[in-house]
Amino acid sequence: MSKLNLVQAINQALRHEMEKNPDVVLMGEDIGPDGGVFRVTEGLIDTFGARRVVDTPLSESGIVGVAIGMAAYGLRPVVEIQFMGFLYAAMEQLISHAARLRTRTRGRYTCPLVVRTPYGGGIHAPEHHSESTEAFFVHTPGLKVVVPSTPAEAKGLLLSAIRDPDPVIFLEPSKIYRAIKEEVPEGEYLIPLGEARVVAEGKDVTLIAWGAMLHPTLKAADQMAEKGIEAEVIDLRTLSPLDSATILRSVEKTGRAVIIHEAPRTCGLGAEIAARLCEEALLSLEAPITRVTGFDTPIPLPKTEKYYLPDVDQIVEAAEQVVGF
Amino acid sequence: MPKKIIHEFKVEFLQILDEAGRVDRTLWPALDEKEVKGFYEAMLLIRTFDEKALNLQREGRLGTYASVQGQEAAQVGSATALRPSDWIFPAFREPGVSLLRGLPMRMIYQYWSGDERGSAIPEDQHDFPIAIPVGTHIPHAVGAAWAAQFKGDPVAVATFFGDGATSKGDFHEGLNFAGVFRLPIVFICQNNHWAISVPLSRQTASATLAQKAIAYGFEGIQVDGNDVFAVYTAVKNALEKARRGEGPTLIECFTYRLSDHTTADDASRYRKAEDVAAWRKKDPLVRLRALLEREYGWSEADEQTLRRQAQERVAAAVHEFEAVPPANPEAMFDTLFANLTPDLLRQKEQLRKRLQKKERD
Repeated sequence: MSKLNLVQAINQALRHEMEKNPDVVLMGEDIGPDGGVFRVTEGLIDTFGARRVVDTPLSESGIVGVAIGMAAYGLRPVVEIQFMGFLYAAMEQLISHAARLRTRTRGRYTCPLVVRTPYGGGIHAPEHHSESTEAFFVHTPGLKVVVPSTPAEAKGLLLSAIRDPDPVIFLEPSKIYRAIKEEVPEGEYLIPLGEARVVAEGKDVTLIAWGAMLHPTLKAADQMAEKGIEAEVIDLRTLSPLDSATILRSVEKTGRAVIIHEAPRTCGLGAEIAARLCEEALLSLEAPITRVTGFDTPIPLPKTEKYYLPDVDQIVEAAEQVVGF
Repeated sequence: MPKKIIHEFKVEFLQILDEAGRVDRTLWPALDEKEVKGFYEAMLLIRTFDEKALNLQREGRLGTYASVQGQEAAQVGSATALRPSDWIFPAFREPGVSLLRGLPMRMIYQYWSGDERGSAIPEDQHDFPIAIPVGTHIPHAVGAAWAAQFKGDPVAVATFFGDGATSKGDFHEGLNFAGVFRLPIVFICQNNHWAISVPLSRQTASATLAQKAIAYGFEGIQVDGNDVFAVYTAVKNALEKARRGEGPTLIECFTYRLSDHTTADDASRYRKAEDVAAWRKKDPLVRLRALLEREYGWSEADEQTLRRQAQERVAAAVHEFEAVPPANPEAMFDTLFANLTPDLLRQKEQLRKRLQKKERD
């Protein structure tokens, strides 16, 4: 076991799976000799060659469309799109084809495809490089959506995503690509999709987050602990299919929920989680369900993005209000 | 420094059977009498299938349907050139290709009646389901060609689309990929001159669609799409080239949509009757029948026998289609993913209860 950051952990996962399965093919822009814009695929072309680490034309919709055909034929393509904001060009391919190929052919054709893309703000990137629109994909029947929050999580979830028989959108929080190092198990390490993780146990309030937002959420929980408030923190890990059972179990215990996401507020995944809690845990609720989210604006350019992104203070404030309700 | 010409391009046009049914023997693709009659038989079957579909729709027995009349030669010529091991990616106006590939006729009617089971392509057939969004399946075909090349399979891929699709980004991205990676694929454009109400002149300022291939670094050819022999020859050559590892080809079949866009359309709103009448004279069936009469003594009795056989086959397929047990509504959940998710399980249960309640009431 060695201490790796998220970029290295994903690289290790890709290498592991490519060694194991000759049908795994990587495709994307600049993923070859350049190793990808975030260096996630660094060195893979040296080991596996240009046949399996394919630098493609600059063509996001084409890359995803071609990958659908490859997957249907029997390969396991893993696509890298440089930034989530550039994935929009491929929305039609994802929604109209990848997501429904299995069901529209009643199982005759399938689409075991992974689309990896960095997402989220806080890295002082140019316009269109800090999007957090995971709800588009969660809203699309037939897609799975996975967001790792630490290096080890990234490895375990990515291996499961590549082996999944259906299309998976794998969102990599770019803010924490190199911010955290932790022990990452070598070799086989699988985290099943569709299972959330209780990161910290507590009895007073449930804090629900994913991706980069897990980290300010954990800090907020620490600060609250100093004041005697015990927060339970859930890392969703898989946004679709959503692990409602873990969320419900926790909120039935705490009676209070705060959902934290950097995506815009309206129709963000927080809205869906709140609706489920209202439908299924109303009698356990001691306070209104609260959301700490980005605003309903495009994420601002770097000069003002910090005013947009939820921070530790906002999470503490929201949780304390809920606890004191 | 004087200016100089660094590239010059030419676009070929191929016609073997003209409108009067005369054949250019120098270009003849060495087909025997049985094969030539087989082409006619297939074209007549498609026409009969199509006329029946339009009737079924009018009688409320079929949903919206996109007729293929006028394009039978382009479909038969290309489908006949394919091997069963080749893969195809059709658009929505290719029932003729699907029929010749072996898709049960019942399933085509089933699809257009609104039943997903019509797209559950038999396991032994390498045919993708039809694509309704225009041109979006072109990259899928390219991906399959890529995978075939990657695995070293001796197959070629063919994808079908119309003139309208050439205006879409998917066409550009797909052909560009295929050119860059020299993939074993044949792009078969059914230029039927109309994308619903928009004529070819509003899709492109290019003199031909075939020439678009040149920009992607491979050959494009325009063929008389109402000449089954020209289509067959061009597609066969292109498939062989693909299987030899010599890369893609774009084939523009110059043809015409004789009918409305779909049963929900009224083409008299936007095109002149005399234009359609002019194209009716170029009907691919008429010219092939003329050839059969002259070369092989095809008689009115032969014609009537063949028509009756086609009608019987179509009637049998309609019977099969209408005898299919109703679709199970719960099936909408079952193949979304390999396994039902907890949410889908719950929703399936909700639907099941609703259905049970309806049955009780």
